[in-house]
Amino acid sequence: MAQKAGYVLVMEGVTKSFQSRRQKRTALEEISLRVRRGVVTGLIGPDGAGKTTLMRIVAGLLVPDKGDVHVLDIDVLKDPLSVQASIGYMPQRFGLYEDLTVQENLDLYADLQGVPEARRPRRYAELLKMTMLAPFTRRLAKRLSGGMKQKLGLACTLVRPPEFLLLDEPTVGVDPISRRELWTIIYRLVQEEGMSVLLSTAYLDEAERCQEVILMHEGRILGQDAPSRFYNDLKDQTFMLTSETEKGRRLQQRISTMPGVVDCIVLGNRVRLVTDRPQSPEEIESLFGDGAGLSVQAAPPRFEDAFIYILKRCTADRRPVLPVREDFISSPVGIRDGDVIVVEDLKRRFGDFYAVKGIDFRVRRGEIFGLLGANGAGKSTTFRMLCGLLPASGGRIEVAGSDLRVAGAQARANIGYMAQKFSLYRGLTVLQNLQFFSSIYGLKGRRQKRRIEWAIESFEMTHLANMTSGDLPLGYKQRLALAVALIHEPEILFLDEPTSGIDPIARREFWNRINILSDAGVTVLVTTHFMEEAEYCDRLVIMAQGEILGQGTPEEMKAPFRTPQEPEPSMEDVFIAMIEHHDNRSKPI
Amino acid sequence: MNGQDLHRGKGSMRLKGLICKEGYQIIRDPSSIAIAFVLPIVLLFIFGYGVSLDAEYVPIAVVVEHQTRETSDFVAGLRHSRYFSPVIMTSIQEAERSLMKRDVDGIVWIRGNFGRQMLSTGNAPIGVIVNGVDANQARIIEGYMQGVWIKWIEQASIEGGRSLLIPVNVEHRIWFNAQMRSRNFLVPGLIAVIMTLIGAMLTAMVVAREWERGTMEALMVTPVNVREIILGKVIPYFVLGMGGMALSVIMAIWLFHVPLRGSLWVLFIGSSLFLLTALAMGLLISVMAKTQFVAGQIAMIVTFLPAFILSGFIFEIKSMPAAIQVLTYLIAARYFVDILQTVFLAGDVWPIVIYNSLALIVMSLFLFIVVKRHMKKRLE
Repeated sequence: MAQKAGYVLVMEGVTKSFQSRRQKRTALEEISLRVRRGVVTGLIGPDGAGKTTLMRIVAGLLVPDKGDVHVLDIDVLKDPLSVQASIGYMPQRFGLYEDLTVQENLDLYADLQGVPEARRPRRYAELLKMTMLAPFTRRLAKRLSGGMKQKLGLACTLVRPPEFLLLDEPTVGVDPISRRELWTIIYRLVQEEGMSVLLSTAYLDEAERCQEVILMHEGRILGQDAPSRFYNDLKDQTFMLTSETEKGRRLQQRISTMPGVVDCIVLGNRVRLVTDRPQSPEEIESLFGDGAGLSVQAAPPRFEDAFIYILKRCTADRRPVLPVREDFISSPVGIRDGDVIVVEDLKRRFGDFYAVKGIDFRVRRGEIFGLLGANGAGKSTTFRMLCGLLPASGGRIEVAGSDLRVAGAQARANIGYMAQKFSLYRGLTVLQNLQFFSSIYGLKGRRQKRRIEWAIESFEMTHLANMTSGDLPLGYKQRLALAVALIHEPEILFLDEPTSGIDPIARREFWNRINILSDAGVTVLVTTHFMEEAEYCDRLVIMAQGEILGQGTPEEMKAPFRTPQEPEPSMEDVFIAMIEHHDNRSKPI
Repeated sequence: MNGQDLHRGKGSMRLKGLICKEGYQIIRDPSSIAIAFVLPIVLLFIFGYGVSLDAEYVPIAVVVEHQTRETSDFVAGLRHSRYFSPVIMTSIQEAERSLMKRDVDGIVWIRGNFGRQMLSTGNAPIGVIVNGVDANQARIIEGYMQGVWIKWIEQASIEGGRSLLIPVNVEHRIWFNAQMRSRNFLVPGLIAVIMTLIGAMLTAMVVAREWERGTMEALMVTPVNVREIILGKVIPYFVLGMGGMALSVIMAIWLFHVPLRGSLWVLFIGSSLFLLTALAMGLLISVMAKTQFVAGQIAMIVTFLPAFILSGFIFEIKSMPAAIQVLTYLIAARYFVDILQTVFLAGDVWPIVIYNSLALIVMSLFLFIVVKRHMKKRLE
């Protein structure tokens, strides 16, 4: 016991698998880990890594196939009730009772957790102050914003101060300001109440906010350490490249195949490079310069670099990664020059609530254009209006020269659409999905055959063609969804939250394909709430509460916020600054 | 097991919290109120008014081959009966065509020699053809027709100063439902079927809703135990379900004029036992079904339909095949139908009430034990 004293959680050899449709899926494989007392530990990995399963085992909601789990020195398998009486657990979709008010939700959880009446007023006051929900105690939970709901969920979990707090993806889909607030609350809990926290997230940038990180992928642990220890190893291996003669994408395509390159992504006109050994910028310049005026700067390593580095080391032999084949797209498409999408004073009202309050933007041919904003900012509504799925309440929309709401099938054949949760037929195989979607787009005979062959080959799905699409790994589902959206060679591609939850390697592959498409003249409109993803766009708008807060290239957006202290602000910093600026301006004087 | 004691001390506080929560939800979310109150109103209206096993104003063709004073007397008798609305036709062919087209449900064929036979023997046969597609209806028409016929002959005999020449004289006396209104036994039976649906739906749907919204997962990691989760659902929905029951009884008495001959407290106890059984069935469904849609479907198929068909509410159990009869002992509604029909139409007949109540107690205990066993604080 003594050796466990410093730990709130000890797992030894935990394996858990699920039976689904005659096939066994291992969610956790021989997991052994320890979580230290009094710190914030991050459980980090893409969707499907096994984070939620692990959390549920710790909370006593699932029983592992084998292995030992001790939480606060109690065996969870033998006495889950005692564990549950001393931990706090906030599931991914926290169960707030929507028909209850903020206060009633707190009362319910205080009753369930057995908080004595006498202690409640003080605790409520603390929690409401911390979460800034005090003015809303009488509001029904369903009328709260996403960020407020999340904070209320946290408050409910905390009515009885737990020794050990489990948070399953608490920041998913939450706007950056609420996200920042949640982190502040978490650290206050650790400092003031001596709580230990285990928090899972798919956002790699959140790793750096944790004191300790457990990196998970496909049911295994890839490493556990302080976040900086992960990437300190990569010192002198990360660079930022700009070329005078080559566009970012060209440059990236050229270098990504060269030996010694671990990772290489386009950020606007610049390319971020990770190499397999420490080098000086001069060495990089001579290696990759190729006579083109290449300027190389050393860049500080990030957690994501480390993840990619580790992933490639662990899985290099298991899957084909970069680069995407050059002949991914055969011939340049698109006929129009100039603005392909025009949006003027677009409005959408639901009852007396304006989801979109008169926005304007234009997208040029071949551009990758982003709609960036938190859940509820109005980007999905805008998106649906553009696709002609939802009528506008006012304003003008033009997509490839027509309004899709009234235009016929011909105009719709110009667009490809990839829905948020990949609208694939889960019961059909990869091939059947392609056949079905190509036929509803009117492809027949030789052309259909040719396009299906193209899709399977260029998305590297030959070995999976007869697999049921519901059983595909997430990354392949996304590939298939993109293949389906491109099957009829559209000029314009709409992508709704295309990369949420997928692992960074699959994400890179995805953006490489999008870059090639854009080079070939396909216009891409993408919505995302991943702030970092904005960097992949040529231009973007930042949306909040149905309004556009800013518009331009990522560099233009960052420019006003560069300070001597923060020469390289993140997109998230920009977003928060814009919202704060906007709120101050709109406040009545 | 120190921790266990600690939990028990706070059990009542947790239960209170769960019940309050459920109360707020009932008030603010119309779906459970709709199940408890709107459903019985709608079903009672549809079945109470729409389904009646009595035949009234049945269209029949009367073929009179040779009109005489006797025949028009008989037709007048038919016309005055509220059971028939006769259509006079002159040939049997025409009448048969109408029967084929289902314009009429039966034919009364009065032959040409009716008057003569009547005068000479005092008894003349008439032909009655009944559409037997609906066997139940056919039997009823047949019976009524006989009634009208006997009445008329009686009348004619008295007028003619002759004694009645019908060989067997059956005297019917109907007990408990003197007017023979089928509604009087249909409505109590219907209440049993409705309560099956309400009870099972309420718990199955609200637990499924908690799974759908993710509140169940949050609930499960609190120190609450399975017993409290079950009680926290059963108590509020028992109260709500009894409200629905009270509404149904009020409708039965005031709207459908079904007599209530037994005592209210027997009715209350019988209903409570049955409602508990139905709520337990709902909980059992919710152990299996984690979405409201599936839970609703299962509740319909495994509780409502069997209750409808096998409870003896419309279809007499004694006339079912032996194997099916055995099966009906598993249908809780069967016992409740018995209790309700007895308490409404006959009074507190103790042997029946006690036997059926015991059956319900056994069933509900069994179901609650199964629910307690299978409802785990786990997600698999």
